[in-house]
Amino acid sequence: MTIATDPHGAGQGFRVGQLISDTRYRSYTFQFIALVLLILAFGWLISNMFANLEDLGQDISYEFLSNPAGYDINQQPIPYTSQDTHLRATIIGAMNTLIVAFLACATATVFGVIAGVLRLSNNWIISKLMAVYVEMFRNIPVLIWILIIFTLTANVFPQPRDFRGEEATAAPLFGIIPVTNRGIYVPAPYFTNGIGAQEIEPGTKVTIANSASSANWLIVLAVLAGSFFAARAITGWADKRQEATGERPKTWAMILATWFVPIIITLFALGLHWDIPALRGFNFQGGLLARNSLIALWFALSIYTGAFIAENVRAGILAISKGQTEAAAALGLRPGRVMRLVVLPQALRVIIPPLISQYLNITKNTSLAIAVGYMDLTGTLGGITLNQTGRALEAVLLLMLFYLTFSLAISAIMNVYNNSVALKER
Amino acid sequence: MSDTHAQSVAFVRESEIPPAPPPVAETGALKWVRENLFSGWFNSIMTILGLIVIWYLLSGLIPWIVNGTWEGENVRDCREILQGNGGGCFAVIAQRWEQFLFGFAYPDEFYWRPTLAFLLLFLAVPPALFAMYLPRWTLIATGLYPFVAYWLIWGGSILSPLVVLLGVVGGYFAFNAGERRFGFALGLVAALLATLAIWWIGGTIAGEFSRVGRLEAVASRDLGGFMLNMILGIVCVSLSLPLGIALALGRQSKLPFIKGVCVVFIEFVRGVPLITLLFVANVVLAYFLPPGTNFDLIVRVVIMITMFSAAYIAEVIRGGLAALPKGQYEAGDSLGLDYAQSMRFIILPQALKISIPGIVNVAVGLFKDTTLVSVISMFDMVGMIRGPILSSTDWAGGIYWEPWAFACILFFVVCYGISQYSQWLERQLRTDHR
Amino acid sequence: MAAIDTNVDRSNMQVSDEVAIEIDNMNKWYGQFHVLRDIDLTVYRGERIVICGPSGSGKSTLIRCINALEEHQQGSIVVDGTPLSSDLKNIDKIRSEVGMCFQHFNLFPHLTILENCTLAPIWVRKVPKREAEETAMYFLEKVKIPDQANKYPGQLSGGQQQRVAIARSLCMKPKIMLFDEPTSALDPEMIKEVLDTMIQLAEEGMTMLCVTHEMGFARQVANRVIFMDAGQIVEQNEPEAFFSNPQNDRTKLFLSQILGH
Repeated sequence: MTIATDPHGAGQGFRVGQLISDTRYRSYTFQFIALVLLILAFGWLISNMFANLEDLGQDISYEFLSNPAGYDINQQPIPYTSQDTHLRATIIGAMNTLIVAFLACATATVFGVIAGVLRLSNNWIISKLMAVYVEMFRNIPVLIWILIIFTLTANVFPQPRDFRGEEATAAPLFGIIPVTNRGIYVPAPYFTNGIGAQEIEPGTKVTIANSASSANWLIVLAVLAGSFFAARAITGWADKRQEATGERPKTWAMILATWFVPIIITLFALGLHWDIPALRGFNFQGGLLARNSLIALWFALSIYTGAFIAENVRAGILAISKGQTEAAAALGLRPGRVMRLVVLPQALRVIIPPLISQYLNITKNTSLAIAVGYMDLTGTLGGITLNQTGRALEAVLLLMLFYLTFSLAISAIMNVYNNSVALKER
Repeated sequence: MSDTHAQSVAFVRESEIPPAPPPVAETGALKWVRENLFSGWFNSIMTILGLIVIWYLLSGLIPWIVNGTWEGENVRDCREILQGNGGGCFAVIAQRWEQFLFGFAYPDEFYWRPTLAFLLLFLAVPPALFAMYLPRWTLIATGLYPFVAYWLIWGGSILSPLVVLLGVVGGYFAFNAGERRFGFALGLVAALLATLAIWWIGGTIAGEFSRVGRLEAVASRDLGGFMLNMILGIVCVSLSLPLGIALALGRQSKLPFIKGVCVVFIEFVRGVPLITLLFVANVVLAYFLPPGTNFDLIVRVVIMITMFSAAYIAEVIRGGLAALPKGQYEAGDSLGLDYAQSMRFIILPQALKISIPGIVNVAVGLFKDTTLVSVISMFDMVGMIRGPILSSTDWAGGIYWEPWAFACILFFVVCYGISQYSQWLERQLRTDHR
Repeated sequence: MAAIDTNVDRSNMQVSDEVAIEIDNMNKWYGQFHVLRDIDLTVYRGERIVICGPSGSGKSTLIRCINALEEHQQGSIVVDGTPLSSDLKNIDKIRSEVGMCFQHFNLFPHLTILENCTLAPIWVRKVPKREAEETAMYFLEKVKIPDQANKYPGQLSGGQQQRVAIARSLCMKPKIMLFDEPTSALDPEMIKEVLDTMIQLAEEGMTMLCVTHEMGFARQVANRVIFMDAGQIVEQNEPEAFFSNPQNDRTKLFLSQILGH
């Protein structure tokens, strides 16, 4: 509180007691005391740190990041050998973190939305089944789920040799996806035409290595983006027509065509082929291998977080009062329109903020990868790099900063969304 | 309304229409089944799918339980007994249940001590949980419990927990006396001084008579199993509640510096995974403590987990504070209550009540997260299963469902129990006085 | 407008020469917005002042400034000889001598009626608990709800809650009472019981400042009516003259709107 021209307060001289009793100075006094205490506490901690470092003969340095890492990483989104630096290992770890976080967010959303909606279903069996799913997964630690699924994939899935020969006891899923105790092999797409294609000697087999490079993926992305905007344009045109004439033209066939025709033509033109995993020697070769550790982490995080998302979705739908649906129906809107125009916009406003904080949780929980040996950020920087270099202070600080950056980025997106929703309310 | 039909206007009912039973199809189990399970083709398909899922689950689960064996010394015995009939090898639980519960290093002749501590929990917790139905004095049991439990689990002379208890009680009385006379802040200072004085004097005396009321001491690193999860969960939740309240008040403060410090702390802790904080406890925290001091790993872990959950609890309580109407603050001001008084008597009681469900959620989450200590090689329930049990020569190979199922059941019972309690409490508070 | 008992006992309603509140050239801004402009107001002990005016005219802000719920930026406020400065002691002293009733009662929902009434006397006035409870029961009897003492605010009707709020303020033995639209959140049939309580208070000689639109109350009880518009005191007069012969055009317009229909 400040009272600028207060004849009674300002007339007297300053007394020390005013530091506490006068609202003008009181807040500064308290903040100053807090500042001093904080500086003392930090000073104590930091001086302890320097004393300890001196005793141990250590210093603080990040040079280790440019030294060769000397360990292998079993999932490499970008090329890496054990001769590469700790920094590169860290970056690969961060990428692996993002990969599993992204996959888990996507599937958790699917699980969560389905379970949340089904739990509200009139069907007694289905709603009870979903209630059991939600309660069971919410009340048991995610680490236990990760370990259970990891143990299962490693012990229950067939070994590669079970796929061999006449008396094979296992067969690949759909004939092309072998599910083994090492992991799941999936066919890998590659292109034979287009940008980045290498000259291939006649007669050599086309493989991922010598086929067209990732530049083709950019073309695919561009085509998909084009379809997206075209579809939006069609919807916009339909809106305009509706505003002008009152009739809404039927657009679903056009939109379907806009999405599928260009991409199919593009893929065909680029020469899309699939590298199908096949049993050679003791193992499957070819295709992409999603290792046990990835599968366990991905699936456990999805199904665990899905249970939480289901509760958010359910709460979001329940939050829309029955009155809203009835009011919309009383205006003569059909059920589909009621959902799209009245219920969903309101429900999403309730659902999305907790949904994003669940994404945040998934991202943080990916750090449990270390329990199953998935080489994420915690496994590389916080695990092997830390143990090999002994740079505990530096490694843990970097590790925290990485996660903090991820989290703050997601929170920033959340705030942007919340603000946009708040603006729409006016 | 001039053209209203004359007869329809003047109408007087002279006899009641007697109530008639509804048509047969509208009643009984048949109606229920039709409405709830087969109201349309989609619903019917869902019902059948649901039944298939249930059948599939039960067809695996029932033989596993029914045919399971509790006999046998190791996994080979189990195989012999079961002969591949789909039963579970529960012998691993029968053989190793003590390790599941207490870890592998806790001396077995002292198992009665943590067991007693656990049983006493049922005396200590109800006064706090069911405060509205039990007389106030029963809270004494809750207050005494931490000291008794510490003495039972860790052992040592009874004097040390007693001195700590005396210090706390002394501090409480000093606070009461000081606050009446000099206000909240000086009351706190008086409490702090009294507590420290009692601890210092009491510590000297306890050191002299360290043989009084002595139980064999057990080192912290020997604690393990589900006991470790329980200890970490209870201790960290209890400690993080006051810290969380302080952080929430700090974040709501009008003083920018204090607010800033609280915001940075809360957002930092919430932005990093618990594992990184456990790494801090494991390998970093020692750097920041005075040279030569050596805290137990369990103490360091408790510090970090407490900070972690305090940040989450602070956010929950902040929501509760924000939900209070501004008029409550103003009414307190207009009556002349100062900040500490209006927080203590008006704002916090209401804000905490609103926050209870959120706080319980954090508590359940925290209890589940105590399993993460297995990553920094502490042998809690999960650590015991992954390490000493599944890799022992007796049980390695072929045994994995049973120990995990045991762990799942223990965690489920505790977590589900707590969340049911919170829902019950929410209903109680809603109908309480409104 | 609620019908009010016309037999107001005026024997104790005496205005003395002693100054209760002195507001001198007070100004307040919310950011750039000038809420209160050059307010000069002297309230004598025993006065019953009704402040009226259109919404947003600053009347609530004015009385909230008097017990420092809002801070003013210019000018001075002296309450019962105590200047309202940034000194916390003065603020505390003024707040314990000025009672306030809010539009939404602001009772503490987690405390019983009795606890609502004894909280501040015990912790601010340092009155022993037994004595505080006796005082509380005395005032609860006065507002005619002693039998509800152990209930919670949520179990009472709006009118009862507002009467409890008045009793809660009275328990601090205030010399001045401020009312911030005490009846505007109430159902019509409850307005009367609150107004009766306020009349009773006036009959006992309490110094009162009321922001209210109850013109019947103003006519019967007030000795002065103040009309505010756009943050200024536009007109003040005795109730008879104020209602029968308003001077300012804005006053005339306001009165015609509020009394017209």
